[in-house]
Amino acid sequence: MRRVLRALDWRICVPALVLCTAGVVLVWSSTRTAIHDTGAYLTRQVGYGLAGLALMAALATVSRWSLRAWSVPAYLVACLGLAAVLTPLGVTVNGSRSWLGIGGLQFQPSEPAKLALVLALAAVLGSPSADAPGLPGRPAARLPAALGVAAVPVGLVMLQPDLGTALILAAITAGMLVIAGTPWRWLALLAAAAAGAGALAWWLDLLKPHQVERLLTFADPSADPQGSGYNAVQALQTVGSGGILGRGLFRGDQTGGHFVPEQHTDFIFTVAGEELGFAGATLLLVLLWGILWRGLGIAARAASPYERLVAGGIVCWLAVQSAINVGMVLGLAPIVGVPLPLLSYGGSATLTCLAAAGILMSVRADRRPVPALSLAAR
Amino acid sequence: MRSRIVLVQLLVTCLFFVLVGRLWQVQVVDGDRYARAASADHERHVVVQPVRGRIVDDRGRPLVRNRTAMTISIDRTVLTRLPDGGREVLGRLARLLGTSREEIETRIRPCDGPARKDCWAGSPYQPIPVAEAVDEKIAFQIVERPDRYPGVVAEPQPVRDYPNGELAAHVLGYVAPDDRSPGQSAPVGRDGLEAVYDAELRGTPGGRRLVVDAAGRVVRTLSEQPATPGATLVTSIDSRIQRASERALKRAVEKARGRGRPADQAAAVVLDARTGRVVALAALPTYDPTVWVGGIDPDEYARLTSKEGGPLLSRAIQGQWAPGSTWKVTSVAAAVADGRPLHGSYPCPGHYRVGDRDFRNFRGIGYGHISLRRALEVSCDTIFYRFAYEMWRENPRRHPMVKMARAFGFGRPTGVDLPGEAAGHLPKGDWELPGYAANFAIGQGEVLVTPLQLARAYAALANGGKVFAPRIAKRIVAADGRVLREVKPPVEGRLPISRRALEYIRAGLRDVTRSGTAAGAFAGFPLDEHPIAGKTGTAEVFGKEDTSWFASFDKRYAVVVMVAQGGGGGETAAPAAAEIWKAIHRVGGR
Repeated sequence: MRRVLRALDWRICVPALVLCTAGVVLVWSSTRTAIHDTGAYLTRQVGYGLAGLALMAALATVSRWSLRAWSVPAYLVACLGLAAVLTPLGVTVNGSRSWLGIGGLQFQPSEPAKLALVLALAAVLGSPSADAPGLPGRPAARLPAALGVAAVPVGLVMLQPDLGTALILAAITAGMLVIAGTPWRWLALLAAAAAGAGALAWWLDLLKPHQVERLLTFADPSADPQGSGYNAVQALQTVGSGGILGRGLFRGDQTGGHFVPEQHTDFIFTVAGEELGFAGATLLLVLLWGILWRGLGIAARAASPYERLVAGGIVCWLAVQSAINVGMVLGLAPIVGVPLPLLSYGGSATLTCLAAAGILMSVRADRRPVPALSLAAR
Repeated sequence: MRSRIVLVQLLVTCLFFVLVGRLWQVQVVDGDRYARAASADHERHVVVQPVRGRIVDDRGRPLVRNRTAMTISIDRTVLTRLPDGGREVLGRLARLLGTSREEIETRIRPCDGPARKDCWAGSPYQPIPVAEAVDEKIAFQIVERPDRYPGVVAEPQPVRDYPNGELAAHVLGYVAPDDRSPGQSAPVGRDGLEAVYDAELRGTPGGRRLVVDAAGRVVRTLSEQPATPGATLVTSIDSRIQRASERALKRAVEKARGRGRPADQAAAVVLDARTGRVVALAALPTYDPTVWVGGIDPDEYARLTSKEGGPLLSRAIQGQWAPGSTWKVTSVAAAVADGRPLHGSYPCPGHYRVGDRDFRNFRGIGYGHISLRRALEVSCDTIFYRFAYEMWRENPRRHPMVKMARAFGFGRPTGVDLPGEAAGHLPKGDWELPGYAANFAIGQGEVLVTPLQLARAYAALANGGKVFAPRIAKRIVAADGRVLREVKPPVEGRLPISRRALEYIRAGLRDVTRSGTAAGAFAGFPLDEHPIAGKTGTAEVFGKEDTSWFASFDKRYAVVVMVAQGGGGGETAAPAAAEIWKAIHRVGGR
């Protein structure tokens, strides 16, 4: 128990706990007038939160060695999960085949896949050549390996199709390549290639109609306010009507009237905006930023490149996901289905985010330098 | 690698600054705009219609009141969420109501422009009434099977109720949906008292500000202002006398028809001569005002408004006929005012030559030299031909008889508080040929009067010369009992006749019911107890049967009866008037 307490980093723990609690309250508010099972969302989200916190505490005490040992299996399992979604085991929700139905439970493998990708990329990019004999040691060889590792889950997610998660997986890869010290020339080349691929995809009509529609709506939400632009317009109205101090918890009429679809999941930030106002919404953003800042601090002081990459990758993931989510609510990004870390309703996302927080803490707790490396350094 | 972490720190921080900045822009800078747009989406204003005021007679007996009837409304927000947009439900409802689905769809289609009849201009979130005053058996099929009729609401709504059936239909008028803003407001008064006192009867609508959810369901009520019910209109109509008048008219018409007269139109007016208030106002043909409740069907409307004999017209104020001999009171007054001795003796030959034309008495009978009283009693024409001819010679540009007729209030609307009143017609009195003047003197030719005009002229004889603008409304009483307004008939003018002359004319007219042209009609009436003065009129109409008139009064009331194509005044109108008088004084069998 003391080991657990020592491992916990209050600068991550406290904001995470506050955000989880806020998430539970906002999910409650957003589903308080639901027609069916009003309280069910609340109790389920409380359960997810508690399970997630337990997972976080457990992971905080994991040593770097076991973490590293689990990286590759986790990656493989995640890829299997993503592949399983495409089999008859998968369940389609909102046009995307992103769910695995096991018994009565539904599970979204793309959420833990993000964390698994971080671990796998860290293993690839952060392995000293001596540590991992099977992997190429020089950065020049690591880049293609990393791209290969990333390509599998990105490809599987694109098949669902889930543009948002694919974007986040790509962003994680890019961020970790940056942190890994990949030369800028190569990165520029990669960016150009990605842009080219995107243009080609557009040109060849590879995107699904609803994805194209979302992108067009982002360019001009008022073009079709009742149709595809409805979500964007209503989200802005809901956030905007909060003002500085908000309407008060459980008192938002837009929220109570369910004007924003998916307001308990991807659009949970509209509830914060309307009911807690600029003050409350900004506080939530600051808390999120606080976790990320702390995560980067941990990364900076990490004992090994692997751990630095794990921490940095988690930060990149959460930062990009938060920015895309809040950005789409505020009309800065096209509407893609990604949850807001720690706040949105959902078991897979909540558990994965808290697990990530736990891993951040474990990186911090295990600050002793890697023996081999320290020997080499001295 | 360290520097890369710093770079990511910078990027992440910038990203959050951008988000907070955008949040500030959306919530603080543009917050009001978004809040207004949001309110427009989740706030609804629903108008609460007030209950329309009642119309009661002078004893407080209701003439028009309200009853609750089942109204079928459609909630479009529910309908549009059905898989087929509600087509099946509307089809089912149309079969139940005996109409077509297209018709219902037309009524509930929201207007995308100016309000028209074939679309719904009200709030799309308010249930749209598609059938009013529906039979309860039909309504309960909807109430009991909500699963078969989703989005269809059957609820009780107040509609106009006429406890006395057709009684005073023309006076009361009717209500119908407002053409200018169908659906927006309660039905408005379109004729009769309902139209004239619409503002008072209508009341003030209340409102409810509701918060609805995205599906249009009401979440809660923000504020509620109750509707103020319409005021009660107290009239001077005595429903007992009104009923007697209508019955007398019907009987007179039936009897006249029995004698072979067409008797196609009729009217009766009872005024309180002392106050100028209308006690009864009856007209035939009439109609049942309940046809308007729940919307009139087109065939019925066509029948009501057909040009010939359309029963919507109130013959008492909108019909105009030559007054015949009832007119002679104005001629006597003009002759006396022109300087002829009141107690003089005047020749009443069988024929009188005016210019180059011979004018005859009724059946050419002469009475020798008679007084003016006797002239009224036996309805001598030649005396008046002479007066008219003499006056024409003295004053060919402005005939004094026309001037006197104007003083009696003819030639212009009486100003009664009913819509669409006719003005009657008076010639200018600058005749080139004296024959016109002679005809005018006996109420023939160019002169046209409404029964109400004649009644107020006779009321002026009764009350000492006051010509009233008659009123039906007496007072307007708010729903809480406060008197909002007293209505008093204004005095429009005074007869330019001396008291003596007035008394003389009255005495002459009293003889009419005792021994004159109406003696038969008033046989058996207790004239000693209730002396009635009156004058018969039989006006010739080219190509038609004569118009039968009887104008009468006592100390308090003035009663005028007119039966178009009803024959002689003593034969048809006078007995009907006698019947009304019996009702007024509660004599006889009833």
